[in-house]
Amino acid sequence: MSNSTLPTKQRDHISTPVSAGLGESVARPDGTLKVTGDFAFSSDLWAEGMLWASTLRSPHPHARIKSINIAPALKINGVSAVLTHDDVPGAKLYGLEIIDQPVLAFDTIRFHGEAIAIVAADHPETAKRAAQAIIVEYEILEPVIDPDFAISGKAPVIHTGGNITRHVPILFGPQDLTADVVVKGEYEVGMQDQAPLGPESGLAIPAEDGGIDLYLSTQWLHVDRGQLATVLGLPPEKVRLTLAGVGGAFGAREDLSMQAHVSLLAMRTGKPVKIVYSREESFFGHVHRHPGKLRYEHGVTKEGKLVYVKATIVLDGGAYASSSPAVCANAACFAVGPYEVESATINSYVAYTNNPPCGAMRGFGAVQTAFAYESQMDKIAEVLGMDPIDLRLKNAMSRNSLMPTGQPIDSAAPVAEILEKLRAMPLPPLTSTTEGFDIIELPGGASNATHGEGVRRGIGYALGVKNVGFSEGFDDYSTAKVSLQIINGEPVVEVHTAAAEVGQGLVTLKGQIARTELGVQRVVVHVSDTQVGSAGSTSASRQSYVTGGAVMTACKAVRDEILLFAMEKLGHLHPHLLHFRATYLLVDGEIRDGNGTLVSSLADLVQDRIFECTREYRHRPTTPIDPITGQGLPHTQFAFAGHRAVVDVDIETGLVKVIEMATVQDVGKALNPQAIEGQIEGGTAQGLGLAILEEIQVVNGKVKNPSFTDYLIPTVLDMPPVRSIILEYADEHAPYGLRGVGEAPTISSTPAIVSAIRAATGLALTRVPVRPEHITSTM
Amino acid sequence: MRLTCTVNGKTEVIDDIWPGESLLYVLRERMGLPGAKNACEQGECGSCSVHIDGVLVCACLVAAGQVEGAQIQTVEGLAGATELHPVQQAYLDAGAVQCGFCTPGLIVATVDLLDKNSDPTDNEIREALAGNLCRCTGYAKILDAVRLAAARLEKTGKA
Ligand code: FES
Ligand code: FES
Repeated sequence: MSNSTLPTKQRDHISTPVSAGLGESVARPDGTLKVTGDFAFSSDLWAEGMLWASTLRSPHPHARIKSINIAPALKINGVSAVLTHDDVPGAKLYGLEIIDQPVLAFDTIRFHGEAIAIVAADHPETAKRAAQAIIVEYEILEPVIDPDFAISGKAPVIHTGGNITRHVPILFGPQDLTADVVVKGEYEVGMQDQAPLGPESGLAIPAEDGGIDLYLSTQWLHVDRGQLATVLGLPPEKVRLTLAGVGGAFGAREDLSMQAHVSLLAMRTGKPVKIVYSREESFFGHVHRHPGKLRYEHGVTKEGKLVYVKATIVLDGGAYASSSPAVCANAACFAVGPYEVESATINSYVAYTNNPPCGAMRGFGAVQTAFAYESQMDKIAEVLGMDPIDLRLKNAMSRNSLMPTGQPIDSAAPVAEILEKLRAMPLPPLTSTTEGFDIIELPGGASNATHGEGVRRGIGYALGVKNVGFSEGFDDYSTAKVSLQIINGEPVVEVHTAAAEVGQGLVTLKGQIARTELGVQRVVVHVSDTQVGSAGSTSASRQSYVTGGAVMTACKAVRDEILLFAMEKLGHLHPHLLHFRATYLLVDGEIRDGNGTLVSSLADLVQDRIFECTREYRHRPTTPIDPITGQGLPHTQFAFAGHRAVVDVDIETGLVKVIEMATVQDVGKALNPQAIEGQIEGGTAQGLGLAILEEIQVVNGKVKNPSFTDYLIPTVLDMPPVRSIILEYADEHAPYGLRGVGEAPTISSTPAIVSAIRAATGLALTRVPVRPEHITSTM
Repeated sequence: MRLTCTVNGKTEVIDDIWPGESLLYVLRERMGLPGAKNACEQGECGSCSVHIDGVLVCACLVAAGQVEGAQIQTVEGLAGATELHPVQQAYLDAGAVQCGFCTPGLIVATVDLLDKNSDPTDNEIREALAGNLCRCTGYAKILDAVRLAAARLEKTGKA
């Protein structure tokens, strides 16, 4: 069966003719293509003669592979290749931090859904059937499913080296303190999925030089390239990646998923190969948010001052390490929350199990702990008979406060203001008292579950804190190439980075920065690829900061070169300028002298020259943390946010309706207010999902709900209006004073909603997501 | 199998269709119209929304054979030669587009809603769009976009 018809329009350079600079709500340059359906996502690509790939995955969470018989698959008409681990030419293992995950399984299966074999065929259905025709003989093994047991020393070892992927202790302050009041609690967080709407997908095209050209979705082109080069046995320069349209990421695209598979098939068949995961395969094909058990003890004075926090955190990392070590450290560093405390004793563990691998998801370790510490804060307030906001205010961090790592916060930390502003925001009226209210505004909505009899309102508050940027001494940088030339009499700036635009709007910001720095209207943002240096990952809320910083630096370098050239060429006309070492300025696309007098237009000066500069940008260096005490300077910037949730709970059915979310976040400097609101609203929604809807159900190592039918992400009916206040306390260390925005809104959303449900029901609710039966079984 | 139908006003004849293919697959892979998206292919996300003979459907749930002779309207057919459809423009202006994977489906569903109800309440908007998942925006700006489109259509008398 052959694929016919038109090639999909390949996205080329994106340009915005007229637009604005920093601080304005600038429209996305890719927006028009996205609303017309012409934007080429990684699942939309097409190439002449291309084949389709499919994956065979393990139905068992733990097994020994006795044999793999690919002959039945090869016999199917239309099948071009069937590959197993034997066909991997380079390294058979890969990984972000620990190289432990097979490209294709050999010997041992460690989780349900692990990839075993891959097929290329002329039609996706043929490829799928061929994959199913492969015969694998398994010796089924008992899965290790409980992370506590996994690290107890009694469990079978999943990887040589033991089941503790990482243990991060933090010992802060005196370790022998006692307190008037001791409050203990145990909390549990379920496994959340990033569920980006765009499936894992890409197109691999074998190149004549023996290399490969890849067009795909990812969060970090260069780290993919490095891993792929090793697996494919190619020098990195022969692995060329171009970012295709990315349908959201949220951490799900940090690890390799389909990249190596589609490349192997293209290299074997010599043909372009396309892969697109189904939603079910997507659930198996990427890592998830770590589920965790968190055991806390807070010591407090009678007046509500925190004395000590002791926490033992056990995260389930699943079968492979992914970014577990970094998540484990983040959970430890943010175990106390945005509160000052004299003493902290934290032990954070991440375990190998035979559950699905877990890694990066928006919030990255800080989400799990926020649910625990904010639940503890509410519990302490209740024990002391204090207002939960007053308790938080009493302990709120501010500039110069110390994190439990001993690291001082050396920029704004307006935690108290966030709380005060949340408290001051108006509250929505009771639904049943609003004029002509609709049944869909009640818990259960259109299913007519209640007419309001058992409905109780609750209000809850929560705070969150997280780092921006990579941590623990990582050399965290981005690269930007910026050029300026005259096209048709008009100066045109081209910005080229390898940074992954995943929906967040970096593509817009890069243009804003170039316009602002160079005073030029027309900016072309080059598609991201590996033809320019690494941009680092689109994660850790870091791209505006680091790639934004790189674009800023490269623009300034271009400007300096142009001005230097102007001085050389035209400076003799203004001898006194040279004498005083004053310089020309580039203002609105014109060269002016120190008095503001026009010296030359850019077009006249530059003519047919191209000014081009490539620059790297690094945030301030961080340090590793001490392996025994957890002390150090692991982070470069902290982001703070808070939420107030208003919920209605039907205590008869256990259904929860979130009525309103209010949030306050410090963004340092709002470079694109509309885009920031979008991050805040979207992050709040994902926090709502974890609070009441979203969990991958894993029973005895098997995933039970890999579909949008059974794994529920918030719909427009679930998501209430979001009232947001954006604070702008410039961070003096960051480009333009900005503070990373993406993750903070997800962190405090979840505990605020659970706090509101507690307020409505009086229940303890120590596990998220809260399910109706948690409410009804105990009412 | 051969399929003949009209897509965005143009007659299409496609040969060699495997009978198990969905309308979504045929649009995306055989007609070069990838605007309808494939986020779930189970009828749960609305990213594949199109109109068949004026009825809003999930193209992933429709077998290709079922649209023989039908009039199909996809997101690609909404914009004019020089101007976006007001709903498309409103999504842009309201900041309702982030990754954009949900966007074509939402725009088609919004056009359908505003055709039937030129001045929907928030609850009506929510009900109409309940079958369209968006993972990025939290929906606030999508609601803004629908309100904005309704207001503009009202003004121009197009609704
Ligand atoms: S792809 Fe059709 S409803 Fe999701
Ligand atoms: S904008 Fe990404 S799913 Fe809606």
